[in-house]
Amino acid sequence: MTAATVDAAAPRTARFDVRRLLRYSGLAGLAMVFVAATGMLETFNNRLLIRPILSMGYLILLSAPFVMGYLVGKRTEIEGVETAPRTSADVVLAIVAGLIAGLITALFAALVDTFPGLRGTFPRMGPQMVSLLTFDRGVGIGFLILPAVAAVLGALGVAMHWLSDRLRKALGVGALTVVSTAIFESVVKDVFDWFSTLPRFLYHTAGGLSVVSAIVLFVVAAGASFFLQGRKVPGLGSLTSADTGERRRSSLIAAAVVLVLTIVLPQLLGGVLNELLTNVGLFLLMGLGLNIVVGYAGLLDLGYVAFFAVGAYTMALLTSPLSAVPFQLNWWQAFPIVLLMAALAGVFVGTPVIRMRGDYLAIVTLGFGEIVRYLFLSDWLSPFFGGAQGVRRIPGIPVGSNEIGGSDITQFVYFTLFFVAIAAYISWRLQDSRIGRAWAAMREDEDIAEAVGIDTVKAKLLAFVTGAVLASFAGALFAAKVGTVFAHSFEIIVSIIILVVVIVGGMGNIAGVAVGALVLIGVLGGPNQPGLLQEFGEYKLLVYGALLIFMMLQKPEGLLPSARRARELHQEEYLQDAWLDKEGRFVGQEQEA
Amino acid sequence: MPLLEIRNLKKSFGGVMAIGGVDLAVEKGEIVSIIGPNGAGKTSLFNVISGIFPPDEGEIIFNGVNIAGHSPSEITKAGIARTFQNVRLFPNLTVLENVKVGQHCRTRRGIWSAIFQTKGYREEERLIEEKAKEILSFFGTRLVGYRFEQPAFVLSYANRRRLEIARAMATEPTLLLLDEPTAGMNPRETAELTELIGKLRSDKGFTVVMIEHDMRVVGEVSDRVVVLDHGVKIAEGTYQEVSTNEDVIEAYLGRPTELRKTTTEEQKA
Repeated sequence: MTAATVDAAAPRTARFDVRRLLRYSGLAGLAMVFVAATGMLETFNNRLLIRPILSMGYLILLSAPFVMGYLVGKRTEIEGVETAPRTSADVVLAIVAGLIAGLITALFAALVDTFPGLRGTFPRMGPQMVSLLTFDRGVGIGFLILPAVAAVLGALGVAMHWLSDRLRKALGVGALTVVSTAIFESVVKDVFDWFSTLPRFLYHTAGGLSVVSAIVLFVVAAGASFFLQGRKVPGLGSLTSADTGERRRSSLIAAAVVLVLTIVLPQLLGGVLNELLTNVGLFLLMGLGLNIVVGYAGLLDLGYVAFFAVGAYTMALLTSPLSAVPFQLNWWQAFPIVLLMAALAGVFVGTPVIRMRGDYLAIVTLGFGEIVRYLFLSDWLSPFFGGAQGVRRIPGIPVGSNEIGGSDITQFVYFTLFFVAIAAYISWRLQDSRIGRAWAAMREDEDIAEAVGIDTVKAKLLAFVTGAVLASFAGALFAAKVGTVFAHSFEIIVSIIILVVVIVGGMGNIAGVAVGALVLIGVLGGPNQPGLLQEFGEYKLLVYGALLIFMMLQKPEGLLPSARRARELHQEEYLQDAWLDKEGRFVGQEQEA
Repeated sequence: MPLLEIRNLKKSFGGVMAIGGVDLAVEKGEIVSIIGPNGAGKTSLFNVISGIFPPDEGEIIFNGVNIAGHSPSEITKAGIARTFQNVRLFPNLTVLENVKVGQHCRTRRGIWSAIFQTKGYREEERLIEEKAKEILSFFGTRLVGYRFEQPAFVLSYANRRRLEIARAMATEPTLLLLDEPTAGMNPRETAELTELIGKLRSDKGFTVVMIEHDMRVVGEVSDRVVVLDHGVKIAEGTYQEVSTNEDVIEAYLGRPTELRKTTTEEQKA
């Protein structure tokens, strides 16, 4: 056994490892219990994805053993070589782990079944959950089904690694297509309003995909993916490229596509989706502003919602006939004053915190955000801000003789997108400008930035003010859209969600923030706004949290990172390639010698 | 009138006297080396001159103005640039960006001109780029071409030191403070950099004050050598004068009598 001492890592994975088994089965079991105990299974069971066989609740529940199996078979790759060989031990492990995970969940269900009193404390743990976990077969035999299903799914998960990369990817695309088509049923129906044959073919009249259409969709999507793989789609892949030239070209193409879409899309979409798009736009505006503060200048501002509130309240006070302000302006007249007030608020918040850094800055800005909200809410200032009542009857944006507010959402969405375009343009121009470089330097090393001649006090204030002004765009639009502004809309969770949008999307990158806003606000929904997955409702913040943890572990630079941050978080990988030129040739040796 | 005149400069950190009353004058066009054993207060002196710490007492007259207590950015703007003992670049910015950032205090276009892409802004950006490339070409072929777009963390140690000097040059200083510019370099790189330091004066017209431990470098380029120990100046003069000064030898090697005494004490114990 001398070989074992030489290579300590390999034999551990090759033989059956009890610790691994316990870890994976425990994790999968806990995940399943969690899904059942929080009531997700029960709530989402009413949402049928494929009628009559698969509901969203079961999809979430049963994805746990599958993912577990996949992880069991996964090997870390170093420079394209897998660290340890795949063995049949993995298959056995995945099956047994699935079995144990299923047993854990079944035991939990049995526990709930035996002690009906639990329901008093945990209202979700009732007979309905038990019957779902036993697949309606009764407590005895039913408890055996779940472990069996989990074991099979575990085996399927691990089996994925024995398929060729191409086939695996194709199957993934197929499954994703089916699931997303089922989840986004309302969108598909809405968009294909003019061609209703398609949704009529796809969906069951009572909701959910029919079995036939699910199979057809899967085969078509998987087949297309299988045969089209390897052919490069220009644009998309190179958006994350570290090469600046390629990146710029593909960014321009993407920007053109987005521009055309934003002009055409609102006309095709119905009211609900335009409402959603407007929310995405408002959060994108704030995301772009916060991106300047956090992404460019590196100042962690957790009270960013304050500027949004200042913008909304200023607009409300200046335009509403019910406000304490003796005169009344229209939206366009008030807009410059809103920007001015936001800039002042930026200076006001920025000045006292200018000497603080990192954690301290985050905490103090958090406090400022809450102070601003309480001021708007307070009885003391209620003659001006209306206290908990807020300011009501805010008119829309006057265009000609019409006033466009929240009820004319198809027109309003264009205003939002117009201001998003302005904000994106400003961000883009500032990024590579003199002040943008100063921000980048300050983010990297504040002391050194000061030592090479950057007035960091001024640079920080400029970042705060620019961010505040962009947030006030959103505030002014928000006031006109909802017609009533009250302090409840500006809770701390809004600041956090905007930050999550920026982080998940890709800090420091405009397209990244847009993707983040689309994915999070559009699909999941904002703090007070429903998204496409309205079913998530009460579980929205849970999903946000889970997504954030996943991103931080797997892709800390975000979905579409900026070149600089991608380099920063993957320095080692970048260093490996730094000696190669674009064609992969070794470069620079002659100069170094 | 000297370019830089320091009078009775004092700085202590929590009771530890880092600089205890230093007087120093640097004439325009000079290359002055500051040497001394570890903990002598050399880097502290640089930190106080460049404004990172305010002095407790004393005056720093630069170009006829007292700059003591001003912020680092103001002092850089007044014309003093520096490098750091433990190289401190902006690691994720590219080589070119690092030098461009250095020109911040010599340029002035703000947010509005950047948003509207005014003619003046574009012209300034062009000049910044041109100047950055010109500065980098001062170091031969090492930091040009494909290097422009590489992030600074990719560079070798010697190249990082060069880039730091380039960034300091970009602030258009009259006085350049170099903190151990050759530390960690191999003999050939050291020789090359020594030549460059000479060129900094002859070609670029900078006045240079440097902290250096490599006596060959000190002897080769400096007009004058200042020796610090325990925060005070113990000697000053040409390299020849200083290298034979008894106080200096003592500061570096210790007093022979003291050595003997400790050994006898140890033997007793």
